[in-house]
Amino acid sequence: MIEIRGLTKSFGSKPVLAGVDLTVRQGESLCVIGQSGTGKSVLMKCILGLTAPDAGEVLWQGRRLDAGSRPDFLRHFGMLFQGGALFDSLTVWQNVAFRLRQRMSDQRARAIAVEKLARVGLGPETAGLMPAELSGGMAKRVGLARAIADDPQLIFFDEPTTGLDPIRARRINELIRGIVRETGATAVTITHDMTSVRAIGDRVAMLQDGRIVWDGPVAAMDKAALLAEFLGKTGA
Amino acid sequence: MNPVRLTGRAALRTVRACGAVMLFTARGLFRLRPFYPRAFATQLLQIGWLSLPVVGLTALFTGAALALQIHSGGARFQASDVVPAIVAIGMVRELGPVLGGLMVAARVASSIAAEIGTMKVTEQIDALVTLSTDPIRWLVTPRLWAAVLTVPLLVAVGDSIGIMGGWLIGTNSLGFNSTAYLANSWAYLERWDVLSGLIKGAAFGLIVAVAGCWFGMRSSRGAEGVGRATKSAVVAAAVGILAANFLLTGLFFR
Repeated sequence: MIEIRGLTKSFGSKPVLAGVDLTVRQGESLCVIGQSGTGKSVLMKCILGLTAPDAGEVLWQGRRLDAGSRPDFLRHFGMLFQGGALFDSLTVWQNVAFRLRQRMSDQRARAIAVEKLARVGLGPETAGLMPAELSGGMAKRVGLARAIADDPQLIFFDEPTTGLDPIRARRINELIRGIVRETGATAVTITHDMTSVRAIGDRVAMLQDGRIVWDGPVAAMDKAALLAEFLGKTGA
Repeated sequence: MNPVRLTGRAALRTVRACGAVMLFTARGLFRLRPFYPRAFATQLLQIGWLSLPVVGLTALFTGAALALQIHSGGARFQASDVVPAIVAIGMVRELGPVLGGLMVAARVASSIAAEIGTMKVTEQIDALVTLSTDPIRWLVTPRLWAAVLTVPLLVAVGDSIGIMGGWLIGTNSLGFNSTAYLANSWAYLERWDVLSGLIKGAAFGLIVAVAGCWFGMRSSRGAEGVGRATKSAVVAAAVGILAANFLLTGLFFR
């Protein structure tokens, strides 16, 4: 379980997070939605320790995340970045097996990487390619394979369908949903693609003006007045 | 605004930046565990081996031009015979390390800053953190050590090639006897001349790698930010090398 309490963050005089409280239960898939610039990525970076919050705390399995506990947290963590964030200088299998190679032989790590690539629908022939040789959809799949390579308990997806055509976006959504169900991992997805939310999420939280203004099950979001504008129902 | 306040702010900013660079350098040099041998080997190749052609060519032409200049200038006071000794001392003490360092700065500081800067703006450095890997240990430490260890070797090779450049011109254009030229080159060269040049090389290597890594890690705002980081890294490395050369020369030879 991951719990966020009173998280605040400002850049100069501009407050981005103004006291975010959020809980994600074990095995749950939460989608965080919000307009561009509402602080979704800052929230994610604060959880990961990439940005230091001004106040508030993040708890994982009941333990406060700080410099001492974060390495253990990251060992059980996987992330799919918006642009893939694949390492340019490494081949596809070396990207997927990046963490594995630090504790096992290349042969064993490569075998696991090929297995994870197959799970995301990529054949073994892609293992030796460089990231520059991949299409946008393939890069997302490789990023997904890297995120699940070490069987994480918690996975973050940052705008998983951005830049993909509707067919590829649907496939990525199906893959994410399938992987989250199979592994039982807790998932947090940052997105403003409502198709993704319906396909991936169990629960939705809407971030606006630095706070969570609505939080509830995906099935209830169509009836939520606060989400009407975001869902494109204002003209109705 | 009050000029005293402005000066004070600028001074504080400079001191803060110097402190930050020193801490960054210390972290890069001493965060050795876990050590990544593959990343280190790649950097030895990138910084050392692949810089050899540009450093070698620079040294060759510099040694040759130096021989011509000393012969021509020395003729004014009947001192043309000192060409071999002056070329050797000039190359080993000063021109080999400085020009070698500047060429490495142009080639390596820009490449490090562009590579790390691109990684920064495409979230690859964030990805390293999520994969339980410290970006300093993975990116900075191998580059710093590779530069500190290989630039002195490049300087040594550059010194030799520079002396040979002088020998080529001396024996083919200036009428020197080959054996006498080489004997004169060695005769006036002291061990400290060579050693001081190699120490300078290590210092310049560190400056180059720190400049590349520092500006790369602070890169932002897409392609424009990476371009700015690359430019700043080369300028800082070049100015840093010239300033460090002045300080080290004063320290070694006063």
